[in-house]
Order: sequence, then C-alpha cells, then structure tokens
Amino acid sequence: MNTRPITHRHAGHCETGVSSILLEAAGLTLSEAEVLGLSSGLTFVHLPFVRINELPLTSYRMPPGRIYRGLARRIGVRWAQQRFRHPAAGMAALDAALEQGRAVGIQASVYWLPYFPDAMRFHFNAHNLIVYGRDGDDYLVSDPVFEAPQRCPREALQRARFVRGALAPKGLMYWPVSVPGAIDWSTAFARSVRKTANMMLRAPFPFVGIRGIRLLGRQLERLPRRWDDARQRLYLGQVVRMQEEIGTGGGGFRFMYAAYLHEMADRLNRADLAEVGQSMTACGDAWRQFAVACARQIRSRQAVELAGPIEALARVATLEAQAFRDVLAVSRKPARSLAHLK
Amino acid sequence: MKVEEVPQDDSPGYAKERRAVYAQDADGGYVVAASSGWAVEEAANTLAVATFEAQAQAARARCAAGEGSPLEVLMYVRRMDVPTLAQATGLWAWRVKRHLSPKGYRRLSPALRQRYAEALGCDVTLLLPDAEAPA
Repeated sequence: MNTRPITHRHAGHCETGVSSILLEAAGLTLSEAEVLGLSSGLTFVHLPFVRINELPLTSYRMPPGRIYRGLARRIGVRWAQQRFRHPAAGMAALDAALEQGRAVGIQASVYWLPYFPDAMRFHFNAHNLIVYGRDGDDYLVSDPVFEAPQRCPREALQRARFVRGALAPKGLMYWPVSVPGAIDWSTAFARSVRKTANMMLRAPFPFVGIRGIRLLGRQLERLPRRWDDARQRLYLGQVVRMQEEIGTGGGGFRFMYAAYLHEMADRLNRADLAEVGQSMTACGDAWRQFAVACARQIRSRQAVELAGPIEALARVATLEAQAFRDVLAVSRKPARSLAHLK
Repeated sequence: MKVEEVPQDDSPGYAKERRAVYAQDADGGYVVAASSGWAVEEAANTLAVATFEAQAQAARARCAAGEGSPLEVLMYVRRMDVPTLAQATGLWAWRVKRHLSPKGYRRLSPALRQRYAEALGCDVTLLLPDAEAPA
C-alpha cells in the first residue's frame, strides 16, 4: 500500500486532513468532509469535571483517533498502528517506514512542534500530522492545518511524539494497509449519520449532544455566582478557543459536516440531503455568533454580562436539535423529500 | 458562512500562516477557503497567552522576593500549570507543588532536577539551586 507519494492539502482539521491525504495516496479518494462524516466524528461534549488549566473541557468532535479508526468500521479501511514505550524505538520505526517510502500519520503535541506560530503553542497532545520524508536531521512534514509542507528537526519531533500527560501520544504512528475496492455509499451514509444524530439527540448522558449544549448554558448562568469577572472571561475564552482554535472543531466542524451532506447529496443523487446541509450550515453560523457574543464579553471593559452568550447558545441548541432530527429523518427515509415532515 | 464572509483579520497570532475553513461559494457548494485570522478567536487566544505571561511575571516577583522558585517561573513560561507539569514529569501534583516553594526547590535531588529539565525542555543548569529566574 501507499504506493503513491502523498499530496499535501490544506485542511480544516488535523485528523480528518491526515486521514484524507493518507487514503488518497493509498488509492482511495475521500474528501476531508467525507472522512468526518463517514467516521461519525462530529459530536458535542461538555465535561465540567475534566479540567484543562482549571477550566472545563468542551469538545465538538469525537476523541482523537476515533476519526481514522471510525473509517475502519464504516467502510473497511484497514490501518496499521503502533505505539512505543521508548522514544528511540519510535524514531527508529519512523525512519524505517520512511526508508521504505511510506508516509505515516503520527500523533504529537502542538507545544513542541517548532513550526507552529508561538501564539498557537499550547499543551494539546493529540495533534495529527504526516511525516513523509527525511532530509538529514530534518523531517519533512505534511501538516494539513498549514498551507504548505513544513520541516521539523528530529529532536523536536521526538519530544512532541513522546510527551507525557493527558492524551499522551506514546509515539503513535499509523498508516492504511488496505482500502476497500468498492463502497456501498448508501448504507455507509445512512449508518454514519444515524450514529451522529443518535449521539446528538439521544445520548444517555447529560454531557453529550444537545443536552451537553444546554448543560453548558446552565453552567454559564451559574458563572457569576461562582467566579469574579476575570475568571469568567477566562472561562468564555476557553470555550471559544476550544470551539475555534484547538483541534476540537467547533463551528468549523458544523460547516464541514454540511459539506459532507452536500457531497452526499451529489453522490447519492438526493436533493433532500442538500436541504439538511443548509440547516447544518445555520448551526455553524449560530456557533460563530455565540463566539462573537463571548468575545464581546472578553474584550469589554465593563462588568461581564452573560445574557448575550447564553441567548446565543440557546439558539444553537434549538437549531442543532432541529438539524439533527432532520439528519435522523433522512437516514431513515431515502429518496423522500423532507418537505412533508415540516 | 459564505466565502466572502470568511474572516480575513490578519491575526498576529497566526504569524502570516492561514487556516483552512469551509464556506459556501455563490452556487451554495462548499469549498475550502483560507482565512488569515478572526478577531474573535484572536481575543480568546490573546487572553490565554496573556494569562500565562501574567502568571510567569507574578512567579518572577515571588522568586525575587524569596517566596518562589525558578522552577515555578519556568513552568508558566512553558505554558504549563501544576497538573500539566505533574503529568509531564510523572510526579504527584502535591510533590510538584512542594518543589515550587523555595525550600522544596533547594532540596531537589539531581535526579529530580534532571526529570524537570526533560519535561520542560530546558538545560538542567536553569534549575540549579542558585539559578536566576528565567526571563
């Protein structure tokens, strides 16, 4: 496998981008949006009790690794993956793969990758990138969140691959070993959207899906009673960063999912999917408005006023609930239009 | 989001890089567009970076007053907090906390010093008992 060299592409997100690029080199052309959609990588989770820099974790996607592994289950891509106890072994395995002309996906910490702009370097350990070659002491890196390929010195790459802590990569390295010859698009699509919609609408935990969004809203309502203004601003900032900046997707993931629905509308020749795509786009826009409302409070010189963000978030919850109900409906009723459901 | 609505705010934090975002073109189809930054995201990011810098500055003041340690300063300079540093070194958080105090810091064994130096990606000389707080 991996007979062809990889072609670097600019992508909205690291893991979906890496999967899409690696699979293309292996002979399976899937857009980044299809990778996200088919792997059911979209979700919403708000965990008030998991703290990052003393602030709760909010994620808009499934945990790292679930995207490329999700493809294995849905369409039968087979991946090889390796983790390593010792950095030296991990680097030797990487060198061996490169010598065979194989590009591999690896997991690494953003903080220790020197090609990241300084303001973006935080201790997020589950960034994904492709290493496709070596030039002396430098590795050639295709990091899909960057427009152009990058270079990374060996020492830095080793450190980034073997940091310890939350989501420690343990040198994770993966590549496709076989791709399916033909894909049953209709079934794969129905299963993928059903899983995502079920997660968003029916998860049995209050932290997941629409209930998670509403939980975040209630947390915001409680903030003034718990924390002073400075701390509240940090909280809002953290939510916005998780949404827009760190590898957690956010508003951008809703747009990417809308792109998936649009692409599937073409592939399966179903106009009703494009319609649902539009409501997903509306969700993405609503998330962005929520971020705007939060940023206004972060920048304001007066006391923090949370009514704006809370209201914007309530709107998100309403729109997403409707959008995912529509998604669920199209997964069940192929070929019928949504018009009569409304 | 339409392609022409894709923010192009030239965020300094992007350092001239651009990020790919999904947006709709005139026909309603989705395309990947490059964004040079968004002021909203920049506000959140600046706050996060500034928080670490303020913490580092406060730690420097404590260090100069003999109430802190260079280890504490370096921890914030590396954008870590106690739980992150504890996980990165594999030590208990309460031990890390103790090592941040002047007394605990002075008593660090060479092995622990080495362990901190590795987790923080710095030379071990920065963590010697008589080291200056890093700038």
